[in-house]
Amino acid sequence: MTEAALPQSRRAPIREATAWDRLKTNRNWLGFWFMVPAAAFLILFLAYPLGLGIWLSFTDTRIGRPGEFIGIENYEWVLGDRKFQDAVFNTLFYTTIASIAKFAIGLYLAILLNHHLPFKAMIRAIVLIPFIVPTVLSAIAFWWIFDPTFSIISWTLKEMGWRTTNINFLGDTWNARWSVIFANVWRGVPFIAITLLAGLQTVPPSLYEAATLDGATRWQMFRFITYPLLTPIIAVVMTFSVLFTFTDFQLIKVLTNGGPAGATELMATMSYNTAILGGKIGEGAAVSTAMIPFLLGAIMISWFGLQRRKWQQGED
Amino acid sequence: MASVTIRDVRKAFGNVQIIHGVNIDIADGEFVVLVGPSGCGKSTLLRMLAGLENISAGDILIGDRVVNHVPPKERDIAMVFQNYALYPHMTVADNMAFSMSLRNAPKAEIKERVDKAAKILGLEKLLERYPKQLSGGQRQRVAMGRAIVRDPQVFLFDEPLSNLDAKLRVQMRTEIKELHQRLRTTTVYVTHDQIEAMTMADKIVVMHDGIVEQIGAPLDLYDRPENLFVAGFIGSPAMNFIRGKLGSGGFLADGGFHLPVGAAPAGSDGKPVVYGLRPEHIRIDSAGVPAEVVVLEPTGSETQVVLRAGGQDIIAVFRERLTAKPGEMIPIAPSLPIAHLFDAETGKRLVA
Ligand SMILES: Nc1ncnc2c1ncn2[C@@H]1O[C@H](COP(=O)(O)OP(=O)(O)OP(=O)(O)O)[C@@H](O)[C@H]1O
Ligand SMILES: [Mg+2]
Repeated sequence: MTEAALPQSRRAPIREATAWDRLKTNRNWLGFWFMVPAAAFLILFLAYPLGLGIWLSFTDTRIGRPGEFIGIENYEWVLGDRKFQDAVFNTLFYTTIASIAKFAIGLYLAILLNHHLPFKAMIRAIVLIPFIVPTVLSAIAFWWIFDPTFSIISWTLKEMGWRTTNINFLGDTWNARWSVIFANVWRGVPFIAITLLAGLQTVPPSLYEAATLDGATRWQMFRFITYPLLTPIIAVVMTFSVLFTFTDFQLIKVLTNGGPAGATELMATMSYNTAILGGKIGEGAAVSTAMIPFLLGAIMISWFGLQRRKWQQGED
Repeated sequence: MASVTIRDVRKAFGNVQIIHGVNIDIADGEFVVLVGPSGCGKSTLLRMLAGLENISAGDILIGDRVVNHVPPKERDIAMVFQNYALYPHMTVADNMAFSMSLRNAPKAEIKERVDKAAKILGLEKLLERYPKQLSGGQRQRVAMGRAIVRDPQVFLFDEPLSNLDAKLRVQMRTEIKELHQRLRTTTVYVTHDQIEAMTMADKIVVMHDGIVEQIGAPLDLYDRPENLFVAGFIGSPAMNFIRGKLGSGGFLADGGFHLPVGAAPAGSDGKPVVYGLRPEHIRIDSAGVPAEVVVLEPTGSETQVVLRAGGQDIIAVFRERLTAKPGEMIPIAPSLPIAHLFDAETGKRLVA
């Protein structure tokens, strides 16, 4: 106490803090200053392209010709376009089915890997492989797997005598849809499995022992302990999964390029095909801007799901 | 409620034998404390009782049923874990109700039992809280509540107080004891704290390196420890061990002084023995052995003194205040007529 009081008496009378002083030292403002570089970075590389894309969707820009503001004309055209409606359906179908499958398989794998298995480390490494391989590479691999004449699946089925003809994986409307979903699931499962595994490992083993003594069956332990404790992580990982799947581009581009007859055209590939290949940048921008409400919707859902649950909070 | 019988139980993890044949009989309604140093296999034994570890050899009986291969949930036991293992995503009420709701018990019955347990433990106001919102002592009580609601045959406690501060530990000790007196449920309680064992137990089981050293009522263990390990483990500060020989004039310490021995065991002349002397059984006696005061530690209610006699440190505790200063000599003598004598080779108590 005394040490603190002494120098004060010697010091000049304290001057009023100016607004600038406060800006320099106030904790909230300090936080602001620390955020500036990151914010600048984000604005430059995220907000600017986003803004530009949205702006372009209100113009009739074409490749090689700056456009003029035409209001919502592009949207009117896009919304009335049969191809766009199909792309929305395809995207929703693709995202829903693939995400559900990835979640189910990922969770199953995570639970499996959380048990004591022989060669556990190796199995975990193997599970990660699809995630490590570059998308384009795995897409090319699948392209071969789904090839109309050289498909290994068709070959196997024929060798086993279950079929006499090749399967037309990518040439038939529904076959193509299921095939790309399969490839996407294959690629997406490791991310979910490993993340959920990390989540599973945070559940203290004594909770399961307590539940065992309380008389819980394996299923009840999963239902009443594992699952609720995992929900925060599930919410995060599934949000990411849905966002990535919804905006998927590479896999479709390589495997089917939207075909056959637009059966696997997603909004992302349609936007690219319209804007870059078709040269109609305004319309293409409108297609991709139309993805934003869907993505926002997905984020909102998970945001509410993600809100810290009461039991996670320390004090009330 | 039920008795528990542990018959020649062994446990090995892989090749390592951890429990080497343990026999314990626990009567219906008894409060038994397993005590021993860290790593001696107390938790392992308790977990075998609960069914969380399987039994390598021997039998465990609850009532008169061998439960070796009975799954935990059918053993009708409840356990309080050292870290409480409360379900973090459930309220206090749900934590306590969990076992009953798994069995699809009627809502009204669940509520009645939870309320009753909450009342016993003073948790009524906390029923809607989550474990994170509770203090350590409250969590401990919830963990007990979870066990009480089950109304099991046997309660198992694994060091339930070791995460609490000293004051709360004393308070919870009393609460658990009181609870047992009210419910009279057979209880097995594990601790490494011998004071907890002494104050709570009807019967203490002292374990060491996977074997049972002695079983008995707290004061029996204190008065007649069967071997050097139990003698050194029970009592605080620990018993002084003085090495020496038995002779015609009583006990002759290696340090050159004599101590009286009540009735020396016959035919033990010249035998190397260890003389056990509890710190609280030392008095100042002008005819006693002169000892140098090394350190004085007054605690208020008593004074703990480290003395040195014949080159050996001896700890003594006096109720009265001492005026002696370090470096001074004071004469000491044992205040009990009967000495604790142990065979220096086997460590076993020599029966007088
Ligand atoms: N799963 C296991 N695998 C191998 N060894 C084990 C296992 N569990 C316990 N042990 C060993 O068994 C011995 C007894 O362990 P236990 O947990 O029963 O000790 P404890 O008496 O409860 O000790 P503490 O007071 O520290 O809790 C220890 O040496 C420990 O290393
Ligand atoms: Mg233990």
